[in-house]
Amino acid sequence: MMQAVNYTDVVFILLATALVMLMTTPGLAFFYGGLVRRKNVLSTMMQSFVMLCLVSLQWIFGGYSLAFGPDVGHFVGNLSWFGLHGVGMAPNPDYAATIPHQLFMVYQMMFAVITPALITGAFAERMKFSSCVVFCLLWTTLVYDPVCHWVWGSGGWLKERGVLDFAGGIVVHATSGISALVCALVLGRRKGYPGHGIPPHNMTYALLGASLLWFGWFGFNAGSALAANEVAVSAFIVTNTAAAAAALVWMAIEWRVIGKPTALGGATGAVAGLATITPAAGFVAPLFAVVIGVLAGGCCYMAVVLVKQRFEYDDSLDAFGVHGIGGILGVIATGLFAQKAINPAGNNGLFFSNPSFLNTQLFGVFVAIAYAALLSFVILKAVDAVLGLRVKDEEEVMGLDHTQHQESAYTLID
Amino acid sequence: MKLVIAIIQSHKLDEVMKALDDKQVYLKTVTNVLGCGRQKGDTEVYRGVKEAGNLLKKVRLEIAVNDNYLESTIQAIMNSARTGKIGDGKIFVVDLSQCYRIRTGEMGPVAIG
Repeated sequence: MMQAVNYTDVVFILLATALVMLMTTPGLAFFYGGLVRRKNVLSTMMQSFVMLCLVSLQWIFGGYSLAFGPDVGHFVGNLSWFGLHGVGMAPNPDYAATIPHQLFMVYQMMFAVITPALITGAFAERMKFSSCVVFCLLWTTLVYDPVCHWVWGSGGWLKERGVLDFAGGIVVHATSGISALVCALVLGRRKGYPGHGIPPHNMTYALLGASLLWFGWFGFNAGSALAANEVAVSAFIVTNTAAAAAALVWMAIEWRVIGKPTALGGATGAVAGLATITPAAGFVAPLFAVVIGVLAGGCCYMAVVLVKQRFEYDDSLDAFGVHGIGGILGVIATGLFAQKAINPAGNNGLFFSNPSFLNTQLFGVFVAIAYAALLSFVILKAVDAVLGLRVKDEEEVMGLDHTQHQESAYTLID
Repeated sequence: MKLVIAIIQSHKLDEVMKALDDKQVYLKTVTNVLGCGRQKGDTEVYRGVKEAGNLLKKVRLEIAVNDNYLESTIQAIMNSARTGKIGDGKIFVVDLSQCYRIRTGEMGPVAIG
């Protein structure tokens, strides 16, 4: 018998899909675009924009099938859903029993779009556009799609072990964050870093982008309930709560340490809180979301300000410090604070007398980041051998807008 | 008293500032400017339309110096702004007939320093 479609759920997930799209462009594009120098703003925004175009097609052709298609050895989906063959309007009860299978597909597509776009923050202002495109397509196919299958796909081995990731703490943020770190290390630093400050060229863009990310994140997290129900409401509330707490904590630390709270600190803290609550949303109570937000603000601040400056790697826009650390922390926090009272389909964490679940979470996130880091390294080396990763020194100096796209973002006179 | 006007490559500004600091030349005005020299500008493409002969973005420094600082100021800029390629810019030196410091009303060489 065909499953019944619930049209309230259809409306909700359609809107949530559009919200997640909004996170990549304009959200992430403006967040990252504002943080780079004037000469690189277009190339940085292009890296997000082109991800929307590329992964949209990758997902239709094979990506969705690799991630969610019929299981092969608990590792990856097979290609039988190539071109969306067999993915129709009837719900697939393995994933979402009340919405058309195609709606679940397109909702997941937007997650696959934003994940490689997050990585671009690590190699901003110095990677060749061609290499960026090839790297991100390979990364989506070889890293995102399998890890997505492990955690969310029917038959995936981490899912079967009981690893819980509500909206993508492992699948999206931990994998992209650790890969961002590998990119920063393999590509090397921008010219002049460290030493010269490389100041953001448009802080209002950065704040606009961060705010749009926050807005879109309601689609990301609440939408991951895949139905307009109580779990979605719970996820919505803890998402907002953690973002607010993390932003305040970040600003409070700055106030104490450097004497003034900064706008960029608040925005970065909010994004850290959002990334951290992502795996836990839908499993935790609002007061624990405050705790998660406080941890996110503190830990990501340390990663971005202290650890990065100590080791002097050029994770230019802090994709690792915010998304990597946030995602890993959130997966662990899920193992601590999850409770079945919030979501019967979830689990109880350490604080609800189930310590073994924490081990499951730790194992899940460790395996995912190890795999993502290794594969990212291999892909980068392969792309480097064929195309080269970095623009020439003089191109980097002139700016990527002019040298990669033959455009400039701003004119000086009309 | 001289006014030194230097047109340099935008990306060389940091190095030039540092070189000037080393010579204890701290007071300056910096602006973004457009111009073209022998390079004849640059080409950009918008929706397939080539915009040839675009003016290039440069940075202009204006530095008022007393005569005994002139040589070191010019050498500092020359050495730090040079890449050896076309487009490195120019330095103009003009006589400065008077200088006033608005806050104190001082004038002449003492107002420059």
